[in-house]
Amino acid sequence: MSESLIRLTELSMLFDGETVLDGLNLTINDSEFLTLLGPSGCGKTTTLRIIGGFLSPTSGDVFFNGRRINDVPPYKRQINTVFQKYALFPHLDVYENVAFGLRVAKLPKEEIDKRVTEMLGIVSLSGFEHRAVTSLSGGQQQRVAIARALVNHPKVLLLDEPLGALDLRLRKDMQNELKRIQQAMGITFIYVTHDQEEALTMSDHIVVMDKGHIQQIGTPEDIYNEPENAFVADFIGESNILDGVMLADYKVRIFGHSYVCLDSGFAKNEPVDVVIRPEDIDIVPAEAGVLTGTVTSVTFKGVHYDIIVDFGGFKWLIQTTDFQPVGAKIGIMLEPDAIHVMKKSVYSDSFGDYSSYSDEYDELEDDPEGLCDEE
Amino acid sequence: MKKLGRVYTVVIYLFLYIPMIVLIVASFNTGKDLTTFDGFTLQRYAELFRDRTLLPLLGNSVLIAVLSSVIATVLGTAAALGIHSMRGRIRSVVMSVTTVPLMNPEIVTGVSLALLFVFVGVVLKVNSILGFVTLLIAHITFNLPYVILSVMPKLTQMDPHLREAALDLGCTPVQAFFKVVIHEILPGIFSGAIMAFTMSLDDFVISYFVYGPNFVTLPVEIYNYVKKPLQPKIYALFTLLFLMILSVMVLMNLMQMRDEKRRKLQRPE
Repeated sequence: MSESLIRLTELSMLFDGETVLDGLNLTINDSEFLTLLGPSGCGKTTTLRIIGGFLSPTSGDVFFNGRRINDVPPYKRQINTVFQKYALFPHLDVYENVAFGLRVAKLPKEEIDKRVTEMLGIVSLSGFEHRAVTSLSGGQQQRVAIARALVNHPKVLLLDEPLGALDLRLRKDMQNELKRIQQAMGITFIYVTHDQEEALTMSDHIVVMDKGHIQQIGTPEDIYNEPENAFVADFIGESNILDGVMLADYKVRIFGHSYVCLDSGFAKNEPVDVVIRPEDIDIVPAEAGVLTGTVTSVTFKGVHYDIIVDFGGFKWLIQTTDFQPVGAKIGIMLEPDAIHVMKKSVYSDSFGDYSSYSDEYDELEDDPEGLCDEE
Repeated sequence: MKKLGRVYTVVIYLFLYIPMIVLIVASFNTGKDLTTFDGFTLQRYAELFRDRTLLPLLGNSVLIAVLSSVIATVLGTAAALGIHSMRGRIRSVVMSVTTVPLMNPEIVTGVSLALLFVFVGVVLKVNSILGFVTLLIAHITFNLPYVILSVMPKLTQMDPHLREAALDLGCTPVQAFFKVVIHEILPGIFSGAIMAFTMSLDDFVISYFVYGPNFVTLPVEIYNYVKKPLQPKIYALFTLLFLMILSVMVLMNLMQMRDEKRRKLQRPE
């Protein structure tokens, strides 16, 4: 997993005068699991469709193994796709669906039979050869779609929110399954999703996108621990995003207090965004805390409680395993590694405090599904 | 209330079908008079099948109907594919343009086609251009919108990713159509073809303006018969025509039912 397989340079896409992709640059390595992550309309599906050859970019280039493939039609690319709603051929049975690409390529009968049988084994569908695809469950259809694509031994597999229609339990199983297949076959997977947890679980690298721009590229750990701006911090996991001022290297001021942090390289007194993950905040007795506040709401989440704490009008989300009743006065401590400092960006003001948090709560959970750039 | 509704339905269907029933009964009647039923006979049918002029005319009508519906189906399906791939505004404009000929009074279509053919005849210096070819062209023309209108919904219902999946798996666009898309829109193609066939088979108004003395279809000839006292064997002919159309319609409905069942199966969630 080293040399680059696909390179996108200055990729832009306009639909009816509306910019969907704006000067995208991205390099994708061989045999890696790369996820394009972002909210609906961020351009992730458009990017995938350009790589698949279903759309041609308004400007910019797509390189595959160093060759420009802008004008190469999909049927001549060594790339296969798993579509959002599987797009299985309803008039063919499971076997013929999987064999479709091989038949078009006019492979000898024995070869087709060998590869289809082997592939159905890999996706645990042996014995389903002559079932109608319409009689299968969502998870099974999903696996037929994966087998139908992988049986052609593509260099790259594109997956467009393939788990969106499955229930939670099945989704978790399929996540592991996909990762296993990807590692076993050594094929590059490019995966599109709006589900941050899915992205963190499976990916080698994540590309966070919004409004046609790449916000950050990195490993799941990088993206979670070192978000580049307020958008990434907010989109990946829960976060408290605060205004701060960088006093000096490793020293940041928030709410009039100065804290030791691990970030450097900012100008003196530069205004910054500060991210504090809700699980990194230590709750201490009120008198021992650097800040004290009042608990205004408590939600039980299974593993932990989500509590909203009011610090003089500014509300924070804190995740804790210790129950704190509403109205309790608590103090908090911040370790240096709990504080992450980011440069100011266009997103700085969009995710201010959590004062309206409880109202937005549900909306944040249910990211609208599948609507992402349906074009 | 419910009972009243049922009575109403029966009355409506009686009104719709009584003329046909009268005709069918008359075709089996021995008496010359329509008002009294003297006895059952197949004599009219025997007369009909011995007739040297009517049967070939029915053959002409069927020939034109088959040819024009097949050609219109091929052209119309291709047109529907083209219209389907258009975007937004242009597509709705083209669809309206497609439906206008359906609304246009047939007599206007007939006269304008006749004028066009005569004009072309003058330009090509052909003396009697009206005949089999003009009749066929006219029938294809008025059949096209029916085919387009019945194929279009199938194309919009189809998951657009199916075609892309075929391309993705190595099909050229032509292969993708024959290996995948056609299976999805086949019910629409069939019902379009059947509708075109029935429209063409019984067309009189347009045919009347574009037929030539060498090639006459049945509806046109029957119009000439009507001027004279109607021979009873005509009843037999009409009965056969009616049954023909009826069975085609039943076939079409059966196919639609099967298609709907299949589509229900496709979306189990």
